[in-house]
Amino acid sequence: MSDVSEAMDTRPGDRPGATFDVERVRADFPILNETVHGRPLVFLDSAASAQKPRQVIDTVRHVYEHEYANVHRGAYHLSERATALYEGARDKVRDFLNARDRKEIIFTSNVTEAINLVAKSWGRAFLEEGDEIIISEMEHHSNIVPWQMLRDEKGLTLKIAPVSDDGVFLLDDFKRLLTERTKLVAITHVSNVLGTITPAEEIVRLAHDAGAKVLFDGAQAVVHMPVDVQALDCDFYGFTGHKLYGPSGIGVLYGKAELLDAMPPFLGGGDMIRSVTFEKTTYAPLPAKFEAGTPPIVQAIGLGAAIDYVSALGLANIAAHERDLLTYATQRLASVEGLRLIGTAPDKAAVASFTMESAHPHDISTVIDRAGVAIRAGHHCAEPLMARLGLVATARASFGIYNRREDADVLVDALETVREIFG
Amino acid sequence: MFDELRELYQEVILDHGRNPRNFRHPEDATCTAHGNNPMCGDTLTVYLELDDDGVIRDAAFEGKGCAISVASASMMTELLKGRTAAEAKRLFDSFHGMCTEDDFDMAAAEDADPDALERLGVLAGVREFPVRVKCATLAWHTMSAAMAGETEVTTE
Ligand SMILES: Cc1ncc(COP(=O)(O)O)c(C=O)c1O
Repeated sequence: MSDVSEAMDTRPGDRPGATFDVERVRADFPILNETVHGRPLVFLDSAASAQKPRQVIDTVRHVYEHEYANVHRGAYHLSERATALYEGARDKVRDFLNARDRKEIIFTSNVTEAINLVAKSWGRAFLEEGDEIIISEMEHHSNIVPWQMLRDEKGLTLKIAPVSDDGVFLLDDFKRLLTERTKLVAITHVSNVLGTITPAEEIVRLAHDAGAKVLFDGAQAVVHMPVDVQALDCDFYGFTGHKLYGPSGIGVLYGKAELLDAMPPFLGGGDMIRSVTFEKTTYAPLPAKFEAGTPPIVQAIGLGAAIDYVSALGLANIAAHERDLLTYATQRLASVEGLRLIGTAPDKAAVASFTMESAHPHDISTVIDRAGVAIRAGHHCAEPLMARLGLVATARASFGIYNRREDADVLVDALETVREIFG
Repeated sequence: MFDELRELYQEVILDHGRNPRNFRHPEDATCTAHGNNPMCGDTLTVYLELDDDGVIRDAAFEGKGCAISVASASMMTELLKGRTAAEAKRLFDSFHGMCTEDDFDMAAAEDADPDALERLGVLAGVREFPVRVKCATLAWHTMSAAMAGETEVTTE
């Protein structure tokens, strides 16, 4: 059997094992050579979607050029190879999340689909009128809308756990929301707007004590810190490949085997069946039961390469690097007159949302784009959080493995231009 | 490199952005519509008072948005008063052309009022910033929806 990792080295740079060296990481990201309006690109929007290292790009190209066929189907060499790579990517994800069993890893197209899968399959099968689901004020729309749809369909109650003005998840208030009717707690592990890292262990403990299951939206978490689903003891965990330096079109749902086993299929079709007659279909075992149709084959393999890449850097090293960046950027931003940081929880990932007195986030973004700086401006798919904070929009700079302190300097200089224009 | 920014954020625009005119909710509004730009979360409500002859007697707005969308709404409300619905629509068409067409010819926009168009010319800088065109036209889309009897408009 051939393996991409034999065919090519997916580890960062050419000195694997060395400690975190941001310049070496940067050299792996071809897009950082781009200029924008004649300025070097300063990419501070990784929270929306991260750039890709050549190890991921090369893996994707390599598979298409040498190892591509549909998976789980053909009894021929190439299909076996593609299947081995696709299933190999599942093993990498299992290892990455420290799941007990590879069958607990379901490939989806993104985290949005992962959450919808739980709502449509588990939620429809096991929740009843009057049951309660708790989410928080700082959820992304993708962890709100599927639960609202389920609420309306089944007559559930949706409760909202509050955050403080500075973005801290309020554990005591959360505790008071739990009742014996609470069946699910679905919370973001890291807020995409505020950067807040939620107290996941405590949330799981309290929820389990109340008899509720827990789902974490890990879209922003897995990129910034090590995640161990067994240590967390959560029941479901979702993340999305494109924010983890992998391709778009691939996401992951982790679920405890006994839950996934008991759940009905989400989508019906090819690949998820054991046998089909017009009278009756029996379903394939996990994980295939939840992967109807041809999956995102190359995207999954590319995600595997991205996981190799960040794992070789070390998630703890990444966390330390980004902590330094966040501390530095926070200090520099605080020096800009009229700038207000939104989200200052002590436990925070490298996301810096802010507003300026004189300029709307949209105008900020337009102005600093001319200096080559890419940030996100808007409601960040978290309109209820914006409403809670009394804002319509924020500007958000988010940092990834390839950012360095100079990026924060360029950002702050560009914000001074904003002040020159808007006063 | 900042020339285009200066062109976009001219003093007139910054002034209207900071001190929007007709920023209020008139009691006698006959048509009202709510507009929003989902990309940036800008929201505006446009109020129009049309008399029996279809002439706009009062135009006002409220809402939150960036400098461009607020300035455009502010200037629009100033320019609409005294115009018929059809004139307002023609002005919007010409303004839209000005914001989107590189070779837009002010003189050839014969139907519209040249003075009004010249005043709106300060907003033409958005041509260089395609994603901002929606900001400049949000109030106008909302105005046009209000006159068509629609209450909600979204710029996609
Ligand atoms: C916290 C959070 N949840 C969910 C998502 C949705 O991710 P995707 O669009 O890849 O499903 C995002 C990113 O947009 C996010 O930041």
